Parts: sequence; structure tokens; C-alpha cells
Amino acid sequence: MLRYLPLILKNCWRNRRRTILTVASIGVSMCLLGVMIAMFHAFYLSDPAPAQALRLVVRNHISLAQWLPLSYRNTIEHVPGVRMTMIYNYFGGSYKDTRDPKNQFARFAVEPEKLFTIFGEYRMPDDQKQAFLKERAACLIGRDLANSLKLNVGDRIHIIGDIYPGDFDFTVRGVFDSPQASDVLYFNKEYLEESMPEGRRGRVGMFYILIDDPAHSARVAQTIDEQFHNATQQTKTETEQAFVVSFLSLLGNVKMLLLGISGAVVFTILLVSANTMAMSVRERVREVGVLKTLGFTPEAVLGLVLGEAVAISLVGGAIGYLISTFLMRGVAKSPFGGFLPPMADFNPAVALTCVAAAAAIGFLSSLVPALNASRIPIVEALRSTD
Amino acid sequence: MSIPLAYNLRNLVVRKTTTIMTALGIGLTVAVLLAILMMVNGLRSTLASSGDPLNVLVVRHGSDSELVSNFTRTQFQDLKFKAGIAAGPDGQPLASLELVSILNLASVDNPQGSNLTVRGLLPVGQRLRPSVHLLSGRWFEAGKPEMVVGKSIAARYPDAQIGKKIAFGRSQWLIVGVMDAGTGAQNSEIWADLNQLSSDMNRLEVLSSALVRAPDAVAAKALVNDIENDQKLELHAIGEREYYDQQTDSAKPVEYAGIFVAIVMAIGSSFAAMNTMYAAVARRSREIGTLRVLGFSKGSILLSFFLESVLLSALGGVVGCLLVLPFNGYTSGIGNSSFSETAFAFRATPAMLAMGLGFAIVMGCLGGFFPAQSAARKQILTALRES
Repeated sequence: MLRYLPLILKNCWRNRRRTILTVASIGVSMCLLGVMIAMFHAFYLSDPAPAQALRLVVRNHISLAQWLPLSYRNTIEHVPGVRMTMIYNYFGGSYKDTRDPKNQFARFAVEPEKLFTIFGEYRMPDDQKQAFLKERAACLIGRDLANSLKLNVGDRIHIIGDIYPGDFDFTVRGVFDSPQASDVLYFNKEYLEESMPEGRRGRVGMFYILIDDPAHSARVAQTIDEQFHNATQQTKTETEQAFVVSFLSLLGNVKMLLLGISGAVVFTILLVSANTMAMSVRERVREVGVLKTLGFTPEAVLGLVLGEAVAISLVGGAIGYLISTFLMRGVAKSPFGGFLPPMADFNPAVALTCVAAAAAIGFLSSLVPALNASRIPIVEALRSTD
Repeated sequence: MSIPLAYNLRNLVVRKTTTIMTALGIGLTVAVLLAILMMVNGLRSTLASSGDPLNVLVVRHGSDSELVSNFTRTQFQDLKFKAGIAAGPDGQPLASLELVSILNLASVDNPQGSNLTVRGLLPVGQRLRPSVHLLSGRWFEAGKPEMVVGKSIAARYPDAQIGKKIAFGRSQWLIVGVMDAGTGAQNSEIWADLNQLSSDMNRLEVLSSALVRAPDAVAAKALVNDIENDQKLELHAIGEREYYDQQTDSAKPVEYAGIFVAIVMAIGSSFAAMNTMYAAVARRSREIGTLRVLGFSKGSILLSFFLESVLLSALGGVVGCLLVLPFNGYTSGIGNSSFSETAFAFRATPAMLAMGLGFAIVMGCLGGFFPAQSAARKQILTALRES
């Protein structure tokens, strides 16, 4: 088969314009498919980053709007495998003009001394860390947020509370770098409690848990939920990744959208490639007759046509995949990016899926024209006037 | 003189495999665009029919959704007697104090569970929403842990059926009825008695929001301004219709992503159309020569091939419209500002289908121009000699 490779490549290059147009068409579509595959992989199939795999989130089983008693912390910390529990309260509130999407970042009230253990991947200068720990009204912001709002260490942020009514003034004491999208603000939950009436203290939105081994996450989550099975407030414990992906449903039925668009794209490429191969074969019927006269077996003719289609769609697929890696960088920076786990620019599984998809599409699309060419009798082929 | 269109039509029919494949490719591209447009339009029309122009929603100052708002009974007493609020038949102001929370339930689409809005209200709240009526079962009774679910919820959540119980707060709530809000967002809400819900959630004093009604549209505007400017109240007022309008923003990421995908696919489809048209030009070289000999000008050759490409893509556009029409009415859900799901139905309009057709024709024009130009430029003698 390999000795026909030069012939296959020559055939590809015979009608240059057609080949270039086909490669361009497949490449453009494949880049979309590449993005879809990468997103699907990131949302539903990827292994969480090592740091992320150690984190679980405990929240009220009914919904995020319901709280958990602070006393649950004791029980949770006694579950084998749990190394640390941190209070994690969604703060809400509004900053400046809320109609501007860049002002709608997430804010959380946390326990500062535990934050850097739970989120071990955060990087920031040590003096900033100390300043944040010392000051009650201090806050930390992610690099992405600092860039989009043009904030620096020492700047003040004024936020009007809603879930926790009142006016809150924070001073930025640190900017941290994270491998993930970091449109987020953290501050000390003590500062929040000061403003609350006695009756509301001791209510926790979520607990963030650090466990000792990623392999234990399912067991730890199950044990925690069982502990509170008969309590007034039942819990729902899941990995951080599952927790983040659960927010995706707010953007609509993402899984169906991804699969639907991928399906349409794959089918379009199939049509484009099939059309090209059908045209090529139709123009070369007489040539097929000559090849067969020279002793090429029907199988060899079949291989020649299939090989040509696979070669063209592989080139298109490779170009498409390369473009898709650039597009994914853009996606990671978009508001969507907050849902994505940190991704390497090159993911072997995604790349392999793209290439395999391209090869499969090339093969399937040329099956009918290739079979036709291999089955046509010599005399009929030679007589063809096309 | 121009070449008759029938010539192009017959050519498309003769090369039917190629024609069908190219048209299907264009059709799929159009279908992706139309599906996204139908989705956004469906959400828009659901939200547009959810708010009453006379109703004003009042939340705490600084809140932009009902869920995060904290609204005390004291604030409500001050608000209730403001001038400009219409009176009901019993002489009481038409003002409804409400509690909004969310409940996580497993749905057909999302077995992990989606958030649903739970609203506690009094009879006056029902009076303020005359478009919502009972579809089956009965309304909840005051002082009992009973709930009525919207019809979209009843259709998509297996656990939200009449006679079943849902755990929420400290109680097991019995579902006693299903309500119908036409196409409104209330189809995605669960309603219960305000006092029962607030005592169950331990939120007797601090509730979420109030809905008040003005006698007419001018008064509604004045009422919004009046509440906004009242420093003592610390409240934020917004027309109910506007409140729902703003929620269409939640569809923006999907809308932009969808349009981007459609445009990229359109580029790919234009290349494919170009390929098909170049092949058509190459195959009909001798025909082109003959036409020129018969006296057809270069311009009419150009126009003829160009039109053929447009015809081909228009066929693709029609295929695209036919492909998405079965999705008309398909129900899906999207998040709203209260972190919960609003169900809506995909909705196609004639204008949208026309737009899809136009989109296809643009692809045909882009794909058809260069091949048509190369056809027109052929020299008569060489064209006739080509096999």
C-alpha cells in the first residue's frame, strides 16, 4: 500500500484548486469541531488538575440559596481523609454599574489563613499574603480581575451587599496568579460577620474541603452526605470540578448544544469531502480503466481513491486542529473560561480525536466513489466519454 | 440577451448528486444559525410575555435579582401605603410581599439537578398575575405545606407531579396543582403560601421582594421614580416587564457562540459551493464556447453561472429551514438572574426563515462569483476545443 503513496499524493495535487478549496473547507469546519471536542473533553471527560482533585464542595442539598449550620464543620472534619475545612460564602452584591459584564465578578467570604492551603496553586508575593492576613477589610483579587478592572494593590473597592445587606469597603492587599480564569475576589468572613445581626451568624453557604488523596474523593463525599442524611439540613458533597460544571446548566443545555453543533459540522465535512471525491473519480473513469489494464487490482484502485480522500481530509484536519488551539486560548479568556479546568495548549487526547475524526470522515466520504471505481469493468471505463 | 434560468435549473437536476450534497452542506449551516436564532427568540418571547407593564417589582437597594434581595416586613409596610399604588376591590393596596428561593430538582435534561424558582406569595400576588391560571389540581391552601408547579416544570421534572412530595426547608411539600402562565416565565416557577414558606425557611421578617401595581402606565413610571428617589426606603424599583427584558442577557453567550459557529461554517460551505461551481464550469467548457458562438455575451455567461450558484444555495437555504422546523416548539431551559432555570420553547418566525434563506444566498454569491468569472473569461476557441 505504501508504495502507492507517491501516486496518491500526485493525484491529490492534480487539480490544485479543488484540493486547496476542499482542504480549506474541511480545515475551517475541523477547527470548529476541534473547539467542540476540546470543550467537551474539558467539561465532561478531563481529569481535574492535581490541586483541584483534592478539593470537595459541601453545600445544602436543596439549593445554593439555603445555608448550612457552622456546627457541621466538626462532623465533617472527623470524616477520615478530610485535611481541612474552609467556610466559603458566596457574597453577591453589586459593584459600580452592574450592567457592565466586567463588573459582575464573583466575590466570596473565606477564612484567609486557610485560603492558601486549600488553593495551593495560587501564587503571590509573600508580603501581600501577610498584608491580607493582617487586615480585616483587606481583599485579594485574581490577576484576570485586576487586569480587567485596572486595579492595583492599595486600591479600594466599594460593594453594596444584597444577600448580606450593607455597604462594604475593601482594600486590595494582594493580586494572585492562578492557572485558571481568576475573575474573583476573596475577603475575610470575619469582616462580613461584623455586619450581620446576631441571628444570622453561624450560617455557612458552602464548605470547601481539602482531602488527603484524590482517590478518596468519592468515599469522603459519600460519608459526609450520609452523616447528615437524617439531619434537618441535608448536604450535597461533590468535587470542585463537578460543582463548577453544574453551573453550566445556567448557560442552557450545553451538552446538547455541543453535540448538536458537532454533529452538524461532522456531517457538513462528510458532504464536502464526499462531493470532492465523487467529482474527482467521475473525471477519472477512463484513467481507472487504464490503471486496470496495466494490472492494478480492484483493491489497489479502491486503496488509491480511499487514500486520496484520507490524505486530503487529514491535511484539512491538521490545519483545523492548529486553528482550534488558537481559538481555545480565546475561549479560555472569555466568560466561558471560568467553567473550564486549566488546559494545556496541547492535549494528546483531543489532538488524537481530531485527527482520528478527520481520517474517519475521509474514509467514509470516499467509500461510495471508491467502490464504484474499483468495480467498474475495464471496457466500460475505457469507453467513458466523461 | 440573457441565458434562460431553465438552463441552470436543468443543469442542477442533471448533476443531482453533487447538487444535493452541496445544498445539504449549506442547509446544515443554515440550520445551525436558525436553531440558535429560534432559541434566542423563544427565550425573548417567553420573557416578554412574563411581565405586566403596570406592575413594578421592588427589591432592596443594591440587589439586581429577587433571589439575593433582602426585604423586611417593615420596609413593606412603608412601601404599601405609598401614593400611586392602585387599590384592589377590597380597598387594600395591590401590593404583594414575596419570598423567592431556589430548589434543586433532577430534570429530564439534567439528572444532576437544575435550580428552580420557588415563590411564596399571598392571594394578592396571584391577583397581580392574572395571566397565570390553574391547569389541573387545585391551588395551595394557606397554612399548609402545599405547592403548585408551573406547567413547564410538570412536563420536564419527573418528581414534580401532582400527589408527589418535595423536600424543601424543614417540610415535605405536597404538590397539589399545575399552573399555566401562557408562554410566561411563571411556567418555570413553583408557588406556595408566603407565610408557610417563610416560617418553614425561618425567614419570617426578611423576605425577598414586593410586586406592586400602578393604575396606569404613566403612574407606573412615576412610582418607579418615586421609590428610587426615596432615600429612607432603601429600595430599588423596576418595571416588571423591564426586569424580565434584562434577563434575555443570559442567552447572550450562547447566542454569540452560535452566530460565530454559523459564520465559520458558512465560510467552509462557501468553499464547498465554489468547488462545485468550478467543477460545473470545467465540465461545461464546450457548452460555454457554444453559447458564446450563439451570441451570448461574456456578461450573460457570468450572470448565468452566478445565478446557478445562487439557485443552488437557495435550495440549501430551503433545506436548512426544513431541517430546523421540527424543532419549533422544542422546550429547553436557560439560567436567569436568580440562578434558576427559565424554560422556553424554540420559536421560528417567517422573518427568521427569510433570514436563513438570505444567509444561504450570501454563501452562494461568495462561492459562485469566482467560478462564474472564470467561465466568462474563457476564450471561445479554447473552450470549444476542450474535452
